[in-house]
Amino acid sequence: MKSRHRLILIGVALLSLAIGIMVGPVSLSPGELWDAIKSSGGEASPIIRQIRVPRVLLAFLVGGGLAVSGAALQALIRNPLADPYLLGLSGGAGLGAVIAIAAGFGGSWTIPLMAFAGAMLALALVYRLSLVQGKRLDPRVLILAGVIVSAFTGALMSAIMALSDASALRNAFLWLLGGFSGASWPTLGFFVLYAFIPLVLLMASARALDLLALGDESARHLGLDVGKARLIVYLSTGLLTAAAVATCGIIGFVGLVVPHAARRLLGPLHRPLLPAVFLAGGAFLVLADALARTAARPLELPVGVVTAVIGVPLFALLLRRTLT
Amino acid sequence: MSLVASDLVVRYPGLPVPALENVGLRLDDGKLIAVVGPNGSGKSSLLRVLTGVVAPMSGTVMLDDRGIGRWRPDALARVMAVVTQREEPAFSLRVDEAVMLGRYAHLGPFSAPSIDDLAAVRSAITRCDLEPMVERRIDALSGGEWQRVRLARALAQEPRLLILDEPTSALDVRHEMQIFELIRGLVDRGLGAVVVTHHLNLAARFADQMLLLANGRLAASGTPSEVLRTETLREVFEWPVAVTAWTDGAPQVVPLRTGEFPPPA
Repeated sequence: MKSRHRLILIGVALLSLAIGIMVGPVSLSPGELWDAIKSSGGEASPIIRQIRVPRVLLAFLVGGGLAVSGAALQALIRNPLADPYLLGLSGGAGLGAVIAIAAGFGGSWTIPLMAFAGAMLALALVYRLSLVQGKRLDPRVLILAGVIVSAFTGALMSAIMALSDASALRNAFLWLLGGFSGASWPTLGFFVLYAFIPLVLLMASARALDLLALGDESARHLGLDVGKARLIVYLSTGLLTAAAVATCGIIGFVGLVVPHAARRLLGPLHRPLLPAVFLAGGAFLVLADALARTAARPLELPVGVVTAVIGVPLFALLLRRTLT
Repeated sequence: MSLVASDLVVRYPGLPVPALENVGLRLDDGKLIAVVGPNGSGKSSLLRVLTGVVAPMSGTVMLDDRGIGRWRPDALARVMAVVTQREEPAFSLRVDEAVMLGRYAHLGPFSAPSIDDLAAVRSAITRCDLEPMVERRIDALSGGEWQRVRLARALAQEPRLLILDEPTSALDVRHEMQIFELIRGLVDRGLGAVVVTHHLNLAARFADQMLLLANGRLAASGTPSEVLRTETLREVFEWPVAVTAWTDGAPQVVPLRTGEFPPPA
């Protein structure tokens, strides 16, 4: 990454965090934000410390994680249309989490684990469905397979919710709507715990992703252990998506929109791309969350609605360009 | 460094005839071997086995006395570079970035390219005549330019052995000759190379040894003069040819037109 780009991105990320903290039912002025940062006193301080800061940080890390997952999956399946949501990972993770909630063991440890299992199962299923004639991975079929698996997990989630009792239904439904209203310092710590290792692994796989994007045979001849690299990317994106879904529900299209924009600005080499995508994805989701909180005040939109409104048109555009 | 393949047999599921049957080859430093033969004669299968992508049903491929399958991919990539026939990257890199991917096996996950890495890339770019286009994106290149980028990437690996599958099939005369001269120059300085090609006449002028494959079997092998014989070629390619000689003594093959059967004396 050129140092100019790095500075701009860090600036945008910090600005988005500041905006995210100031916006909300009680709007804060930049002066109040500054006072709260400077000292522990002041009226606004408890709101900022206990509600806004953890919420904004969580949105930032989830956005960064989803965007990095998207970029990595795009290199893995050699197609810019990949995204944890479109490939059915999020749906699988959601199903795992809903099962955990409905079965009454929805603790802060079991939901992510079930979500991870669901994400991996969905990814394996999508992958298996899209292997045309045994070996060749057709990206168009892959997208369809993602749609099929998403539809299936969606139906199963509805069925489980329809059959579960009122309190479990309410919990599952609130969680499914997604968003960061439940964010707290413990949720943030929890997400960091799950997301740290896969994020580091994906960053360390940057060069491997460059090679995977060339195709298996070329990657292998350039010295990549293709099977191992694929496995690392699979498990890491699955774990990251599961951690995101477990803490804030299903949020789509972050992994599609952000890498696409970043690649146009920085080129496709993953060593500069992944850190940029992380910062930009974080800023994107923080701003989307700020919009979700303010667009229909005093009500709050699910943040997934905002990302979908931005992401779906872009997806349509990309799909057109890829298939023609 | 030597690559020795012996008694290779390759069968693909569902096909009655083996793709390779009892084919062997020995490649040493400073030698250029050309593999020729009709379409579907097993040339690409041979390269897949030689490079460890496909394991043979029987027979062995030894690289410096170690089975090719027992080499770690990165260790292998530091001594053997392969340019396959086709490659469609998902994203459009810049030419210099694409050549730098040849250094993957020399780089750590987080380390920046060293002076050696940059020098290898620069030298590969110069040798493949790519300097004027280092900043272009690879989706804006012609087929021949892209082929030269992939050859430069292979050279950036700084290999001891180079395996090429029809490296010049999309190139015009100048670039084709440049590539063959380049490869021959590297071979004269100690590189070992296997080149699959349809150009019998270029193979005859540049190669030390030739392998002629037909239906997965070895139809002939040896020096170009031993392999390029009128009768053998007519049988293998099922088309009459005449064999003459260029001034340097290399045999040159002229396919005959229908009016010329039997060939003029």
